[in-house]
Amino acid sequence: MSARGVATVEVLAAGPLTTVQDRGRTGWRHVGVACAGALDVDAAALANRLVGNPPGSAVLEFTLSGPRLRFARPTRVAVCGALVDAVFIEAGGRRSAVGHGRPVELPPGELRIGRLRLGVRGWLAIAGGIDVPECLGSRSTDLRGGFGGLDGRRLETGDRLPLGAVQVDRVRRPRAPAWWVEFDDPLPAEPCIRYVPDARPGGPSLDGSGWQLDPRSNRQGLRLKGDALAGPGVEAVSAAVAPGTIQLPPDGQPIVLMADAQVTGGYPRLGHVAAVDMPRLAQVAPGQWLQWRAIDAAESQRLWMLRRAQWRRLSHLLDERLPPYAVRATEFDLP
Amino acid sequence: MSPTPHVRIEALADDAWLLTLGDAIDAVSMARVHARVDDLRATAPAGILDLVPAYASIGVFFDPRRLGAGEVHAWLQSRLASDAARRRESGGACIEVPVAYGGEFGPDLEDAARELGMDAETLASRHAAAEYTVAMIGFAPGFPYLAGLDPALALPRLATPRTRIPAGSVAIGGAQTGIYPRESPGGWRLLGRTPLALFDPGRASPALLQPGDRVRFRPVDADAFARLGEVTK
Repeated sequence: MSARGVATVEVLAAGPLTTVQDRGRTGWRHVGVACAGALDVDAAALANRLVGNPPGSAVLEFTLSGPRLRFARPTRVAVCGALVDAVFIEAGGRRSAVGHGRPVELPPGELRIGRLRLGVRGWLAIAGGIDVPECLGSRSTDLRGGFGGLDGRRLETGDRLPLGAVQVDRVRRPRAPAWWVEFDDPLPAEPCIRYVPDARPGGPSLDGSGWQLDPRSNRQGLRLKGDALAGPGVEAVSAAVAPGTIQLPPDGQPIVLMADAQVTGGYPRLGHVAAVDMPRLAQVAPGQWLQWRAIDAAESQRLWMLRRAQWRRLSHLLDERLPPYAVRATEFDLP
Repeated sequence: MSPTPHVRIEALADDAWLLTLGDAIDAVSMARVHARVDDLRATAPAGILDLVPAYASIGVFFDPRRLGAGEVHAWLQSRLASDAARRRESGGACIEVPVAYGGEFGPDLEDAARELGMDAETLASRHAAAEYTVAMIGFAPGFPYLAGLDPALALPRLATPRTRIPAGSVAIGGAQTGIYPRESPGGWRLLGRTPLALFDPGRASPALLQPGDRVRFRPVDADAFARLGEVTK
């Protein structure tokens, strides 16, 4: 049981892959430590913002479908990312729908987050943040290293997650504002992901043919299935890689590295995903088809600046709408 | 050190550059990389997050909210133009790593020795005789790729990787040797094991070895392995 005064969340069912994540780790890549962190840090920051947490607070990231959680005390939550059906069940058995992209005040009871739609990943922020200890400057789970988050692993049934201190007023029924945030356009059936090809000429191109997401994909890397690309024929000298690096293994089926990727790699590089499209890539479902479009580095940078500006506008809008929480984000470091 | 014709700066991501200083795995490129990393670390503007050395290149990661890609590129070019980075005379720290060779600690030692046409003792002593340099750390937190293996000891990787390799296993893969910090799958040939913890996220300095460090293996017997294991716990 939790110590007196420390609020916890009980995990009744974890879902296929639910982990504690924040903005990820920096400063340790030279000793092999991956970034980890939410696959869409903007969505995680938005969820935090909606419940009154600082943007770097730890949230839950869930995959394909969400967890079932029991809250012993009133709390405030927000769900962002792909669309999801979430239901809240009060102690008396009364059920109500929990909306997406808005703050929701909950009395004690059970939150059931169902299957994700038009995407495969979602983020749940809880007022106060998930208060697991920081490890190497972050609360993110490093699944391969086995540290950070909750004991370095995915959530399991029966886990108890500690919450940071925040006082939420007594609520008798779930309460949510009528407005919500459209975070991004829904993912189209066959999304187009923009990338910056490797500068060296003569390399194979991803454009023009369709690629299907291999179900063996995970937070470390997304594997693509399609017409095999011919490699450059020479093995590369191992060098640093990054989330977004597109690698070409000898079988000609590209791998796109994601947040949990190793820090160095030896496969030839085809280029990198435009930063602005990394969150969309994280929403592509196993078996789904996608297209690639080459852009240059300057265009990729420009798109990223536009996205930041879009965020600043959204942030100003939220300033007017959000109630004065007990804990306000002191600096909403615009994601 | 003046820039060589091999030097390239390429976009690795919207928030990272890859600075390439050579095109091969050799001692000259490695020394150049480690000297260059020292210089970059000493002169990094606020907003540089990570510098990741490898055999012949350095990954330079920055916070795009604080630094533009162009600014970072200009900083890299200005450092390359200066001759501040001098080759380190002695390299980094020298760390002694105790290893129990063979038996349960190194299940591949006998087979590997047979393949190389020598006996197990010779393989172990020749592996322990060299001084290695941590060329880079990758694959897993704290996994050192050690350069300096006697070329006569190069061994092909296993055709089918093991699903479970014990933490601390000292292994040869191709022309390199390395140490598995944590139980993991892997295809390198296992010669022995060290009781030292290569990586512990709870320590102030989580990784035992840093890129550029020198490493020597000291053969120990099973009793010493157990004793050292108790001390490091």
